[in-house]
Amino acid sequence: MHVVPIFPCLGMYQVVEGIISPVNDSYGKKDLVASHHRVAMARLALQTSDWIRVDPWESEQAQWTETVKVLRHHHSELLKSSAQMEDPDPRKTPSASADSCNLPGIHPCSAVLPELKLLCGADVLKTFHTPNLWKDEHIQEIVEKFGLVCVSRGGHDPKGYILDSPILRQFQHNIHLAREPIQNEISATYVRKALGQGQSVKYLLPDAVIAYIRDHGLYSSDSPWKGKGNAC
Amino acid sequence: MEPMKARRGVPFSSFRAEVVAGGPGPFGLRGLMTAMMSECHLDQQLQLVTADTSEKTDVVLLACGSFNPITNMHLRLFELGKDYMNATGKYRVIKGIISPVGDAYRKKGLIPAHHRVIMAELATKNSHWVEVDTWESLQKEWVETVKVLRHHQEKLATGSCDHPQSSPSLDRPGRKRKWAEQNQNSSPKKPQAFKPTGVPRVKLLCGADLLESFSVPNLWKIEDITQIVANYGLICITRAGSDAQKFIYESDVLWRYQSNIHLVDEWITNDISSTKIRRALRRGQSIRYLVPDLVQEYIEKHDLYSSESEDRNVGVILAPLQRNIAEAKHNSSMA
Repeated sequence: MHVVPIFPCLGMYQVVEGIISPVNDSYGKKDLVASHHRVAMARLALQTSDWIRVDPWESEQAQWTETVKVLRHHHSELLKSSAQMEDPDPRKTPSASADSCNLPGIHPCSAVLPELKLLCGADVLKTFHTPNLWKDEHIQEIVEKFGLVCVSRGGHDPKGYILDSPILRQFQHNIHLAREPIQNEISATYVRKALGQGQSVKYLLPDAVIAYIRDHGLYSSDSPWKGKGNAC
Repeated sequence: MEPMKARRGVPFSSFRAEVVAGGPGPFGLRGLMTAMMSECHLDQQLQLVTADTSEKTDVVLLACGSFNPITNMHLRLFELGKDYMNATGKYRVIKGIISPVGDAYRKKGLIPAHHRVIMAELATKNSHWVEVDTWESLQKEWVETVKVLRHHQEKLATGSCDHPQSSPSLDRPGRKRKWAEQNQNSSPKKPQAFKPTGVPRVKLLCGADLLESFSVPNLWKIEDITQIVANYGLICITRAGSDAQKFIYESDVLWRYQSNIHLVDEWITNDISSTKIRRALRRGQSIRYLVPDLVQEYIEKHDLYSSESEDRNVGVILAPLQRNIAEAKHNSSMA
């Protein structure tokens, strides 16, 4: 389930955008099909969403990019677009000012840059503990500078993972645990297995994605790119 | 799968090699079984191996329930049930029927049947084989599940006898079109022949909750449960590791007809119950991706679920409880 957790209604935040960033092929994960397929499928899945979009930047890099660098990239993109929005007139200095909030046509509070947070499942939080998978300084930057929104998952104990890590403990105020009140454990691993066995995945994936998978022969048991990241 | 062509004069050993290499699925399985048989006449073996579908039982999966609202979980039941039954090699699932319960059921929070029917129809718009039937919902009084099964079985029997080549349900043009499409799509390589001997069998598709509801006092008549498992059969989708097997073991009736109860493992924890959907809606939470988009839009457009709707039938006794308790009283007073 990669889309939409249910956020607790604290009134502190207003979510304005969601970005799905498919990983680069060089990541080398087992059963990873070519990124252009994964990007296309995500686009199809989000056709009807008015707030979530796919960004292929990460997948288009020459090599695998650490998550913190992806966050940095999108943060700088937000900075750029925010600067453009505030001052469409190139004669003015591109600096935020209180006055810009009052000018007509300018989005109110454009002076305030949206915060970018990493959205993930509790299983990803657990991987912070896997030796050599993450650099400590990266974990720190992620939770300190950006923040985490972590959706619970069956069989995981996100609070425990936080308490077990000094870095996470220190910045736990910046880690938001979104409980998923309606458990729906659709893992991509299961979906791939079902597809490989010719079983139906209808209602687990959007119809458009199922059609794409069928049309391109992805994830069948004799799929040519099983385990490889190269496009044919 | 291409049917295996009958070939005479082929030595058994090479014939067997070809059949065993038939790959996964019902055909390959049958091939393996044939290969493991002791030496017997090639013609007899060919009879078993030819993969035309005449020896399979056609099955219709019927799901009864409130569908208040229908969710992706309900729809998954059909997909899981179909895959399972087809994979046994003994059955061919030809149709799925969603039969929303009538308003006279008097369940708490049950909104009017026409909304629930429309949502189910929206949900199955893109399905080639699952459709909605309104007969149960249109009845004035609540109808026992066994009677719904009987109604649909009789309908299939009539349709099969009178019109072997055409749709059994002629009064609903929409559904007839779907049936015709089903015939075309199911076997692209060979013409579909409607077999005069094989009347499709209706089976009750359900989750573990329905199975376990058999033990709720006065909810079911024991003779109804018996008829359901003896004459029709149950396909029960359960969370892997659930107590369904234990439940069957502890019931004499279910134990007796256990061959007619198919337990299907659901490996994905799918907790999308209608109750939780309604709760999320009351709390202004998103139900996106838990129900089909068209259903979510319909609910939003008509503002179907609220605290008010949840209060419907509060203090009213559920129809089966009322009927069964009344009948029990009547029977005991007659004694």
